[in-house]
Amino acid sequence: MASKAASTENTAMSANQAPKLNYLNNGHSLKSWLLTTDHKRIAMLYLISVTTFFFIGGFFAMLIRLELLTPQGDLMQADTYNKVFTMHGMTMVFFFLIPVVPAVLGNFLVPLMIGAKDLAFPRINLLSWYLYIIAGTLFLHCMLIGGVDTGWTFYTPYSTVGSNTNVIEAGLAVFIAGFSSIFTGLNFIVTIHRMRAPGLTWDRLPLFIWANYATSLIMILGTPVVAITIVLVAVERLFHLGIFDPALGGDPLLFQHLFWFYSHPAVYIMILPSMGVVSELITCFSRKRIFGYKFIALSSIAIAVIGFLVWAHHMFVAGISLYAAMIFSFLTFFVGVPSAVKVFNWTATLYKSSITYATPMLYAFGFIGLFTIGGLTGLFLATLGIDVHVTDTYFVVAHFHYVMVGGVLMGFLGGMHFWWPKISGRMYPEGWARLSALLVFVGFNLTFFPQFILGYVGMPRRYWQYPPEFQVLNVLSTAGASVLAVGYLLPMIYFLWSLKYGPIASDNPWNAAGLEWKTTSPPPTFNFDETPVVTWEAYNYDEIPDVPLEAPVAR
Amino acid sequence: MSKFLPLWPDSASTMSGQVDALYIYLLLVAGVMTALIFVAVTVLAIKYRRVPGREATQIEGSTILEITWSIIPFFVMLTFFIWGAVLYFQERTPPANATEVYVVAKQWMWKIEHMEGQREINELHVPVGQNVKLIMTSQDVIHSFFVPAFRIKQDVLPGRYTTLWFKATVPGRYHLFCAEYCGTMHSGMGGDIVVMEPQEYAQWMAVGATAPLQDTGKELFASLGCATCHRFDVQGRGPNLAGIYNKPVLLEDGRTVTADENYVRESILNPTAKIVNGFKPIMPTFQGIVSDEQLNALVAYVKSLSQPPTGTAGLQNQPAVSPGQTQNVQVQ
Repeated sequence: MASKAASTENTAMSANQAPKLNYLNNGHSLKSWLLTTDHKRIAMLYLISVTTFFFIGGFFAMLIRLELLTPQGDLMQADTYNKVFTMHGMTMVFFFLIPVVPAVLGNFLVPLMIGAKDLAFPRINLLSWYLYIIAGTLFLHCMLIGGVDTGWTFYTPYSTVGSNTNVIEAGLAVFIAGFSSIFTGLNFIVTIHRMRAPGLTWDRLPLFIWANYATSLIMILGTPVVAITIVLVAVERLFHLGIFDPALGGDPLLFQHLFWFYSHPAVYIMILPSMGVVSELITCFSRKRIFGYKFIALSSIAIAVIGFLVWAHHMFVAGISLYAAMIFSFLTFFVGVPSAVKVFNWTATLYKSSITYATPMLYAFGFIGLFTIGGLTGLFLATLGIDVHVTDTYFVVAHFHYVMVGGVLMGFLGGMHFWWPKISGRMYPEGWARLSALLVFVGFNLTFFPQFILGYVGMPRRYWQYPPEFQVLNVLSTAGASVLAVGYLLPMIYFLWSLKYGPIASDNPWNAAGLEWKTTSPPPTFNFDETPVVTWEAYNYDEIPDVPLEAPVAR
Repeated sequence: MSKFLPLWPDSASTMSGQVDALYIYLLLVAGVMTALIFVAVTVLAIKYRRVPGREATQIEGSTILEITWSIIPFFVMLTFFIWGAVLYFQERTPPANATEVYVVAKQWMWKIEHMEGQREINELHVPVGQNVKLIMTSQDVIHSFFVPAFRIKQDVLPGRYTTLWFKATVPGRYHLFCAEYCGTMHSGMGGDIVVMEPQEYAQWMAVGATAPLQDTGKELFASLGCATCHRFDVQGRGPNLAGIYNKPVLLEDGRTVTADENYVRESILNPTAKIVNGFKPIMPTFQGIVSDEQLNALVAYVKSLSQPPTGTAGLQNQPAVSPGQTQNVQVQ
């Protein structure tokens, strides 16, 4: 356990001496990166790739918001707009939101947090990144040769007989990306089962590990279903076998059942790891053990399990039977309980705590705020009588951006700031970082809150042109998106800046609990000089001295 | 509704007020919950900010609290479920006396056929205070019939019927949107629902009316040769169709199905899918032979065999205009 004196000494030492061998300076050649099996280097490869796709997806988002500034379709053609929102959705869902937290933070932290030298299958880990890159390249190629216009949902029979864009290539990209995520999930499950440090029992695991464990279960159980579904779309498109198209004897609703069987749980693939991040942040910056550890851990598993039983709530107006709709509505409310339990426990953790408002904590607060709104509006959509009116409108768009974008990005950015000293060995500039957290929160709400109103007033989603009375709300939304874009660009700039100019970080600048802080910053290639032995519960902040108010943080 | 910044949609059906009431209830509950969380987080974050010399008190948790804040939200959500399900049940259960209107969607237009034979494109005229049931199908991909002012929406699928009903309460012109993405001009696949006073509606209906839909169906029934086997006098090679609509049918494999619109439609397009007990699978398919509009007419005819004509109340004795105006009766 690092005391205050030790950590200051450590900072001084690393500043004055030649840098210790760590995962970053252990080999500088391109080959040493591209053929690495070090989970931390693979996490960095993922960080660069998902960030690239985030900015591609963000570029499409800005095009959408610009087109919607005016009611007429005047910036681009209707077909172009349809491709733009499709590629925005596909890029963000399959190439950013699903991998971002598990493949970047999870890859980096899972072995560190459980005191392991690496993941169980380091080569499969590298393979998963290569699959992601192959899928991503294929998808970029698909965009460059004209793109795809089915919406990220690939609904049949439009995707099999209606669209004359590059559906099969986009589907293949998603199919391959799916295997990348299956491999990550498989690796995490085996690693968490088999490679925990001595004494690190299941009830001592950090909640980030529990969250990634639950996520991995969904990844390996759900992803094959969407992969097969996409194969079926390709088979019908290529060989005209009647699977989904009624003209060939198929059933169009079958596709929606198969697709949402994966794609609803996929929302929990996105949000669960971020929830894990938030548990780490809140405990550290309130210097407290988490309130209701077991309930938060089990709620992750509950969300993963119940998440598989609610898919047809995407289909209440699709033509499923009256009673099927009622059962799926009822089951959907069960997911609300574990989600609410998490929010209540985080809030309760603040009680009688000792809080500092460092940037990661601001992002954690932001997460609670956005997830609360996103979760509660999910209840509107689970309520049958309301869903009929608001489904397929901007209400849904607002809801899932609050959960998927608000939630996931708040968790990811909070985590990136929190672990940046461990990842890079440098501190980020705190003042700029707080500004970015504020800009993201304000920009996000300004962008997406008007869309709830827009949806209830009746504007359908995926509209290139719209009746003029919807314009004011759309202009507000576009204005918010500009603020949001600045908020997202800032961290990328100052993180890069800090790589060279940021103050050297100590091994444990936050005085945080967790094994990842008990090794050097950045960690050596095999993480720990000797395998730690764990004799304490997670978040034992009563045994860890507080950081002084003037924390070693650049202001 | 403010045309500059609408914050609430028009309310023009019997459903819209009910949906709004539930929505307001949800807004209140969600608003209170959001306020509670925001206030709790803010107050706690300020009250327990880092102060030199004060340490956090470690609290393990509280099973009683966990159970409380699991069960109370669950019961609150149960009220959402029940209220929402009751509304949904109403939305999905058309009243028996509803006027029927057939809707055929295609990229990117709505084709409407009234029982009286009146046809429209991208407009649907309905009288105030009358239950209207839409029987909808698509010629190509999935569309969705969405009228925000009525708070109703239903996907329109190729290869089967889906239904929707409403009762308009306020005369006016309301947006009709396609809400399921359907390709290039998805955002242009809209139109208007025109709600009229009954007298106005009667006048409008009288102007363009042609042969009633079931009459068109009757002619088709004869010209396609259906009547050869489906006889009404003696037992033919096919089942007698009089009175079958909405009645249970015993199938050869022992199942019993209800002869609803989708059953009649399927039996025309894919006759061997459900063989009636005691009959042979000898009927040829009419897939590709009859258009969606002709199917609608045939279905309307079969339905008319068992019930009084379902035209708009008060208009049933309206004389049909010259049969020459009937469209789409010729077999292709």
